[in-house]
Amino acid sequence: MIDWLLALAQTLLFISMAPFLLGWIKRVKCHAQNRAAPSLWQPYRDLVKLFRKHTVLAERASWIFRATPYIVFGAIVLAASVVPLVALDLPNAAIADVIVLVAFFSLARCFTALAAMDIGTAFGGMGSSRDMMIGALAEPALLMAVFTMAMSASTTNLTEAVTYTLNSGLVLRPSFIFAMLGLMMVAVAETGRVPVDNPATHLELTMVHEAMILEYSGRHLALIEWADQIQLMIYMVLIANIFFPWGIATQLTANDLALSLVAITAKLMLLGVLLVIWETVMAKMRLFRVPQFLGFAFLLSLLGMLTHVILETGG
Amino acid sequence: MSPLILAYLALASALASGVLALGADRYPNLLRYGSSLLLGFCGLFAILAGSWALIDETHSTDQLALGLPWLKWHLRIDPLSGFFFSIVGVLVLAISLYAPGYLREFTHQGHRQSLSVLGLFTGLFIFGMLLVLLADDAFVFMISWELMSVSSYFLVAYQHEHAANRRAAFLYLLMAHVGGLAILLGFGVLAGFSGSYTFDAMRAMELSPTWASIAFALAFFGFGMKAGMVPLHAWLPEAHPVAPSHISALMSGVMIKVAIYGLIRFVYDLVGDIQWQWGLVLLIVGATSTLLGVLYALLRNNLKRLLAYSSIENVGIIFCGLGLSMIFIGTGHTVLGVLGLMAALYHILSHALFKGLLFLGAGAIAHATYEYDLNNMGGLIRRMPQTAVFFLIGCLSISGLPALNGFVSEWLTFQTALQAPVLASGVLRSIIPVAAAVLALSAALAAACFVKVYGVAFLGMARSRRVARAREVDIGMRAGMGLLAVLCVVFGIFPSTVISIIDAVPMMLLGHGAPSASAHGWLWLTPVSPKVASYSAPLVFFAILVIALISYLLLRGEAAKIRRGPAWDCGFGSLNSRMQYTGTAYSMPIQRIFAPVWDIKEDVEETRNAVQPLQTDGIRHQLQALDKSWSRLYEPIGSLVLAAARRIGRIQTGSIHTYLAYSFFTLILLLWVVT
Repeated sequence: MIDWLLALAQTLLFISMAPFLLGWIKRVKCHAQNRAAPSLWQPYRDLVKLFRKHTVLAERASWIFRATPYIVFGAIVLAASVVPLVALDLPNAAIADVIVLVAFFSLARCFTALAAMDIGTAFGGMGSSRDMMIGALAEPALLMAVFTMAMSASTTNLTEAVTYTLNSGLVLRPSFIFAMLGLMMVAVAETGRVPVDNPATHLELTMVHEAMILEYSGRHLALIEWADQIQLMIYMVLIANIFFPWGIATQLTANDLALSLVAITAKLMLLGVLLVIWETVMAKMRLFRVPQFLGFAFLLSLLGMLTHVILETGG
Repeated sequence: MSPLILAYLALASALASGVLALGADRYPNLLRYGSSLLLGFCGLFAILAGSWALIDETHSTDQLALGLPWLKWHLRIDPLSGFFFSIVGVLVLAISLYAPGYLREFTHQGHRQSLSVLGLFTGLFIFGMLLVLLADDAFVFMISWELMSVSSYFLVAYQHEHAANRRAAFLYLLMAHVGGLAILLGFGVLAGFSGSYTFDAMRAMELSPTWASIAFALAFFGFGMKAGMVPLHAWLPEAHPVAPSHISALMSGVMIKVAIYGLIRFVYDLVGDIQWQWGLVLLIVGATSTLLGVLYALLRNNLKRLLAYSSIENVGIIFCGLGLSMIFIGTGHTVLGVLGLMAALYHILSHALFKGLLFLGAGAIAHATYEYDLNNMGGLIRRMPQTAVFFLIGCLSISGLPALNGFVSEWLTFQTALQAPVLASGVLRSIIPVAAAVLALSAALAAACFVKVYGVAFLGMARSRRVARAREVDIGMRAGMGLLAVLCVVFGIFPSTVISIIDAVPMMLLGHGAPSASAHGWLWLTPVSPKVASYSAPLVFFAILVIALISYLLLRGEAAKIRRGPAWDCGFGSLNSRMQYTGTAYSMPIQRIFAPVWDIKEDVEETRNAVQPLQTDGIRHQLQALDKSWSRLYEPIGSLVLAAARRIGRIQTGSIHTYLAYSFFTLILLLWVVT
């Protein structure tokens, strides 16, 4: 029972940390680009503001449009709950393995894309079509990266995989490096960051994700934005904890948990800085360059897989 | 009392429904209500018989004094045929609810086709499919197989006033017979060595590896053709969509499953000694079918044709599962082989349900709007709210989203593929992950495809007047779709229970079940062991529901007021339905990325203003994305056959004397060969 409570606490911690992570990224990005930086708490303020606002719905919006924010939020929060953030061996990790995790993202994306088509504006259709294209190319790359990890650890259970990396010590695995690079590129694409999409723009020709949620307002918009922040954090936690799991609590003692919390915060902040550097030096790509970008990610993941099969199993 | 008695009752009801329909030209209600009622009974009996055989894990056999003097009809129902029997039963039951409403428009005055023909061949078609599943000797199998093919030919050709339908039907008949010939030869190899046509004798005999491979190749070609594998698939999207929609549901939902049943029966049961090379062939063909099937589907705008192409994709997924299973069995990893077989069986079940549902949904749309073209639809969610819910469930299932049934089979297939490191051969170890990658890509593309279908057809604004005035279909049609939709959800949420029942099939075929899959109760699905992978569909389903509900309840309150306003139109004024993304526009990015897959013919005509040549008066844009297998495979073979026929035609002089001489010399030659 205490396990399940801890799992619940970890999930709540996860979703409440997500806006902070975004605030951190925005702040560092502003500093890096010599702009005045907003407060770290700005994303929380934005969410609160949106939650308080009245919702305006388009006249033609059907129930799909109204249900989508809740379904997306539900799927993403559940996804966050199965990712080991500070503690391993929590019982809820067994609910869904990493393939199911990918499917949660897919569920959220499909519903967002459907809601975008619901109003019948050109923007919605455009965003929906583009996002499904990006998703269709990103998902296999993501799964390949995940498969590489799953084959090395011979499990798709995230807790088991993290334990495997912990136990095998600091060894250099070419397959993991390839998989990590692939995963990072996919993360950039899936969370709509530069160079695939730009979360800060509302320019007709370039926006993808923003075009889909253009008609949302009020608490619906808040839920979707929050879900996006959680999704970004899920990717970062995955990268941090699968490839660099050191520090995560293997025993459920207060000491270990506190240490683990510090460790994951440090790792996430570091990854945030990396993302900022990446976004600052890269320029946004044309839409039809994105397949090449994702094809490269897929190739990297596939290479990782083949490296594992050929070099590391050593049959 | 045995399951066979119930199976006979199902057969008899199917036959009776066909016979009863003979009077339908005079009394249309005979077809709409009488035949449909009998089909309902047929479905119920089939479900009962099938699940009895499946749950009881026994087989019962019988011989009927029909057929050849020295070969009675051997019939048998065992877990494998029971599994497929239930699937056919479920679909037939759904059809029987759906048909009375759907057939109403066929009974209108001025409808030229005969209703008797439709009813008779529907009955015979279902009879044939069920009999194939019961057959226990090659003779009955081929008879009922042909009955199934020929009666469905008449259903494909039912609306024969369009030349395209006649051509599709002819192609269907032709391919069915080329395939049937290969199956016949495959049975010939088995019967030649066992000396008997009964399946019992074939099971008992050992084949040399070479002959076993030849038999496998023939059976794979024949059954694979019927199932629509790439590159032999081009007939399928021509034939399946032109039949009336409830028949399309049967053809795509269950007839191709009967072909897969044939393959499983032939390879796992009759030949028995599975070689891993066969699995490799199946895996490669399966992965290719999956990817090409979904890509071809994506660019179609005719809803039924799109669904037919997506059937090819799903057959590919099933083949991948079977291929993995054969690879593992052939290399001695029987437990993993069971897992692959289980994934394939689960996908057979899932696909029958959601594809049946989607075809019935397409039929409902056509019934309400007379439209098949996605680009004329739109906004149907407001006109047909219940159909929209059922169709959404079908779309989500086929896209492989949790916690619906399509996801379970996909997940099991991935889990099987991830066990590749146990294999000794490095080639297999690297091919299987690549095949898994192709599967992942196809699954994601399938999601894009069905978001497009649903978004363009049901969401947004109506693109034509008839669609804008559509009305919800009657209660029977909704019940037929509702049944399948509910089953999609149920089979998605309780996979462990279902798997512990289906377990009887691998138990019978391989002597080994998958006890670990459902070892941790109905809540958990753990194909290998809980340490390797686990998935709890019920918890996922309820967790998402609970989180969504909590966030909904928390956000109710003062701020929860919702105001309706016009959609954002950039300040330019009234949005209209022509400004929406069409199906073609939606799939354009993917068309650009995978351009080499299709034969694309794009035609842009621009009319310039006569006075000011820089000003454009109008643009005409035509886009055709053709299936490459036509230009690369079908047309060359077709012209080759024609050329050969022209050569051979020379010996046809038209004089009876020459023909008599031919017969005479042939006889002499044969006698010489025989002695």
